[in-house]
Amino acid sequence: MTFSINLVSDLQQMLHYQFMQHAFEAGTIIAVIAGVTGYFVVLRRSAFTAHAFSEIGFAGAAGAFLINITPLEGFLLGSILGGLAIAALGRRATNRDTQIGIVLAFALGLGLLFISLYSGYATQAYSILFGEILGISYENVLLTLLAGAVILGGIGIIYRPLLFASLDEDVAEAKGIPMLFLGTFFMLLVAVAVSFAVQVTGVLLIFSLMVTPAAIAQHLSRKPQRAILISMAIALSAVWAGLFIAFYTPYPVSFFITAIVFGLYLLVRIARLLIKPAKIAPSDNQKVRASISN
Amino acid sequence: MSIIGAKTSSIAVQSNLITAENLAAGYREMTVWRDANFAFGRGEFVAIIGPNGAGKTTLFRLLLGLQHPTSGSLRIFGAPPSRGNPQIGYVPQRHIIDSETNIECLEMVRLGLSGKKWGFNPFEHNDRDAAYASLKAVGAAELAHRPLGALSGGELQRIFLAEALVSKPDILLLDEPLSNLDLRRETELLHLVNEAVRSRGVTTLLIAHNINPLLPHLDKVMYIANGKVATGRPMEVLTSESLTALYGVEVEVLRDPHGNVAIIGVEEHHGDVR
Repeated sequence: MTFSINLVSDLQQMLHYQFMQHAFEAGTIIAVIAGVTGYFVVLRRSAFTAHAFSEIGFAGAAGAFLINITPLEGFLLGSILGGLAIAALGRRATNRDTQIGIVLAFALGLGLLFISLYSGYATQAYSILFGEILGISYENVLLTLLAGAVILGGIGIIYRPLLFASLDEDVAEAKGIPMLFLGTFFMLLVAVAVSFAVQVTGVLLIFSLMVTPAAIAQHLSRKPQRAILISMAIALSAVWAGLFIAFYTPYPVSFFITAIVFGLYLLVRIARLLIKPAKIAPSDNQKVRASISN
Repeated sequence: MSIIGAKTSSIAVQSNLITAENLAAGYREMTVWRDANFAFGRGEFVAIIGPNGAGKTTLFRLLLGLQHPTSGSLRIFGAPPSRGNPQIGYVPQRHIIDSETNIECLEMVRLGLSGKKWGFNPFEHNDRDAAYASLKAVGAAELAHRPLGALSGGELQRIFLAEALVSKPDILLLDEPLSNLDLRRETELLHLVNEAVRSRGVTTLLIAHNINPLLPHLDKVMYIANGKVATGRPMEVLTSESLTALYGVEVEVLRDPHGNVAIIGVEEHHGDVR
């Protein structure tokens, strides 16, 4: 496969392969759900929890052969059980780092054991830890689509209470929002999102889709709905560009995705540092005031 | 003995928004305070003072339906408190906003109105207008598009007040809104709260450490200490005689020529009466 200056013919050449079609389809769905759920993960400071899901899921995927289910099913089972356990630990995110860390380390160890029990030791571990988007089956694309619909629908339903509970927990509780239900439901959505997102990024690089795009988006917009769209757009462009570049180079997709989002993050941080002084200046305040009176 | 408040509650039950009879609060084995009798009418401004751990926030938890009385009755509009009562606006204590939170204030105020509703509604112009109006009412219209994480303590308190008032509640519960504010911000915020009480007829209960800045605005004061609750007009409750009679120990209320008071003789403690 050779890269030419004509991008259209490059794309055609790439999408000529069925495994690339599947990778693009699954990658697109995963970028959208990771961008949306990632926004709330970042807002609720639950990044570590999301990472824990991926590692508990790893144990599930590695141990899947023991109970005769597919690795994806094993992953889902692991991360969903992990989600329920963490939701049961309590609603406040603070001071949970230690417990999550303890469970996470054990889960990774368990995963290692399961993988050594399994004959396909090295490749299996490698693909779960670092992603296997180029090997995704048509069946898994359909499953991903189903999961995407469930997650988007779920977030759509709990959007306002979730935002309220994430921003202003005490008032939300007093207002009668069912906090435990909401927290658990959201944790389950994240567990499912993580289970599918690891197909692209792998367990260890899950932050590149679940955290970085949302973190960038939060710097770019103060309106949650707009920030969610930006987060989705960043995840999408990283996945698409990553797949495209990886097709024409011998290097892994996951690397390019992490590199693209990290580069964007740096760019936004630096740009904000440069722009910030002007934003605090009184002239900007007056602008704000003028826009309100309009 | 008007300070005990039993008298107050029997005056006009019909017009009272909040009534308590022989109310006791606590947790399983521990009573925080008991025998509280009080009644607050529409548009009354009440300060709640007392030592740390005396059970001031516990009263708010009872009113919000987050905790049940251990005995006695508490009624809001004649009904027992229930969680999520839309008639109550609430600003909790130690309200912390992460300095990284880059979400505009308008969004938070809007959630005070529609944050409880399920579903995704991108066309919430009415909510937006109401949120703007609420911000304007607390003099914070210019903060509408500022990120929450960048606000000062005084600015945040105004946003919280706007968030609590946006749903047009009949009752406002403010838990130590004045702590961490300098004198000027304190005066400003009190002025805003007083305005809300007077112009909207919102019955307001405000927990404070220092009664003095509040005295010019107050209708009633509630003094919670040593497991007992005294309620009434400030000049009646905050006297050496009435507090001594209530507590059965020597309590002295000192007044300086400017009308400032200091209460001496009730120890700081952490809540058990027995």
